[in-house]
Amino acid sequence: MPLSSKHLLGLNGVSKDDIQLILDTAHTFREILDRPIKKVPTLQGKTIVNLFYESSTRTRISFELAEKRLSADAINFSISGSSVSKGETFKDTVKNIEAMKIDMVVVRHSAAGAPAYLTKICDANIINAGDGIHEHPTQALLDMYSIRQRIGKIEGLKVCILGDIAHSRVALSNIFGLQTMGAKVSVCGPSTMIPKNIKDLGVEVIHNVDEAIQENQVLNVLRIQIERNAGEYFPSIREYAKYFGITNERLEKNGKDILILHPGPINRGVELSSEVADGSNQIILYQVTNGVAIRMAVLYLLGTIN
Amino acid sequence: MKSLIKNVNLIHPEEKINLQKTDILLKDGLIEKIGKFNSEDISNTQEFDFSGCLVVPGFFDMHVHFREPGREDEETILSGCDSAANGGFTGVACMPNTEPAIDTAEVINFIKKQSKNHLVDVHSIAAATLGRKGESISPMAELTEAGAVAFSDDGVAVKTSSVLKRAFEYANMYSLPIIEHCEDESLAKGAMNEGLNSTFLGLPPLPSVSEDIIVVRDILMAEYTGGRIHIAHISTKNAVGLVREAKKRGINVTAEVTPHHFTLTDDAVKTYDTNTKMSPPLRSQEDLDAVIEGLMDGTIDCIASDHAPHSIEEKDSEFQFAPNGIVGLETAVGLSLSELYHKKKLNVEELILKLSINPRKILNLPVPKFSVGELANFTILDLNKVWTVDISKFKSKSKNSPFDRRLLTGTSIATVNNKKMFYNEHWYSL
Repeated sequence: MPLSSKHLLGLNGVSKDDIQLILDTAHTFREILDRPIKKVPTLQGKTIVNLFYESSTRTRISFELAEKRLSADAINFSISGSSVSKGETFKDTVKNIEAMKIDMVVVRHSAAGAPAYLTKICDANIINAGDGIHEHPTQALLDMYSIRQRIGKIEGLKVCILGDIAHSRVALSNIFGLQTMGAKVSVCGPSTMIPKNIKDLGVEVIHNVDEAIQENQVLNVLRIQIERNAGEYFPSIREYAKYFGITNERLEKNGKDILILHPGPINRGVELSSEVADGSNQIILYQVTNGVAIRMAVLYLLGTIN
Repeated sequence: MKSLIKNVNLIHPEEKINLQKTDILLKDGLIEKIGKFNSEDISNTQEFDFSGCLVVPGFFDMHVHFREPGREDEETILSGCDSAANGGFTGVACMPNTEPAIDTAEVINFIKKQSKNHLVDVHSIAAATLGRKGESISPMAELTEAGAVAFSDDGVAVKTSSVLKRAFEYANMYSLPIIEHCEDESLAKGAMNEGLNSTFLGLPPLPSVSEDIIVVRDILMAEYTGGRIHIAHISTKNAVGLVREAKKRGINVTAEVTPHHFTLTDDAVKTYDTNTKMSPPLRSQEDLDAVIEGLMDGTIDCIASDHAPHSIEEKDSEFQFAPNGIVGLETAVGLSLSELYHKKKLNVEELILKLSINPRKILNLPVPKFSVGELANFTILDLNKVWTVDISKFKSKSKNSPFDRRLLTGTSIATVNNKKMFYNEHWYSL
């Protein structure tokens, strides 16, 4: 059964069957990653462009690895050193790249809706690798896959997303995906970082981290994006770390064996203390490995849809 | 030359005129006689049969951006005038955010010169502050003498309360209003209205309170200085409530609303169509209901299009990076008739007040009269014509409209002013 869309722009509106299919497909690819020869010929002859208008390390490398392991030809385009600096529009850049006969575009962009815009101006499959503060679907898929592998299910789980919800594409994709899969989602963070209408999405809002730990089985801790002026939204890093940071002490106090996810990169000592970041509750590097499998699954399913 | 406008209903709410099925004889563009004529009276006369149509005082759009000087690729004074005539307007007032801004008599004179001899009367709203920078007030005396009809830093609100106070005090000497684009700059960094849709779409949110805060400031400053404040493109429920209350308190405040704010909500943004990006942004259903209520109870005095042409290159981009605004002149009358008249929110007389009489009064301009010897200045309306918006037929140089392919009921058929008529794609001399 194929996916019902030729693009992956976000998880809003993606059906349970489609998410299930991606997670199950990822599971078969996950096994390939543990083989001595980690390459399959599935997308041989397909050309995929990684169009990164915003800096990214792990997402770009993860996609590139996924492409190479599927034997696709991967081309990287990032904002520095391209014609963007010569004043070319987004549309012209994309049309030029498309004219070189490419099959899929993985796009990271600072503007929400940029991947949706691409679907209107080019014929390739479009995969959103993060658009502004909108969605980052493959991150949420790899989070869900990691949760499912560790706990055995998603349905009925209580998951809390902690941090800067208002400026996080990871949060929104996780909310949509987890809810579709039957989890109960809450968010926790300073109220300046919680979108005004988040409750209308059926999400519970918590402002006390201890309560969040007590009431949930999974905690997805977001990175405080200091480079995006996150500092304007709370008084100081010190205050954030003290009231919203996850420490061993806090985990012990609440007597909880909670599963901790983090999309990386971590600000050690801010949202996670170093002991927690390296501790037994977290699955941060496991998520990173799974990320390659998820991206292989998405590329495979979209690349073979036609 | 003589011209006969035949079989029309003549309506002028201010002059209490409501004549059914009558004729109007024009001589050299002036009203010669109103009534029925027999064929001998009218030899050598060009005749126009507008059976079933209404003749009303020419519509006036007090909020347009004609881009000249500065961005003639998007609109010129002349293409803007053509767009106005095609949309049913015989007069407009241009906002000063041109390059250079309308902050000297020279720019006002230039605009007058460019629009000379056109059917459409073009007036200038001058900048309230030099270069619209918000630092010091513009040369208002000289600008008034050159013909400015109001002052505004449209695009932004006057930056500081201290400069605003001086602007009110100075403009008061000439009884001209300050027109404010009410938006608190520090809150207005978003790309769409803050609400569930902005959360869904991941677009930076712009809270409605950013408008309300400046409306409060401006109303209080108008009260304190005894000045006249006109609120441009009002769009929020609270702002409507604040204007309503201020009017009750006797403060000299008026307000306009755009057709897009009484027609669309932020649901329209869901496709990331940059033609739904404007300032103020499209708001919630609650806000839309409130502006319609404000139109009905007289809180909102007029309808203005905020005609904002933009080049295709600029609008064809990522939503966040696209400029604000839409081509408004050629859909304003159709939307007003479809959304307000046919939905029984306003009757014809009320619509004429909001599209013709009130905007002129706010700007101290004479209202066209329907009496013998007066210059004929009409809009001719077909209230029931069903038509489809087609941006390729716009006279504007730009085509940025979210209403392309929309089915509307009611339109202007012809415009008459300055001894000319625009009808059926033709310009006639009268």
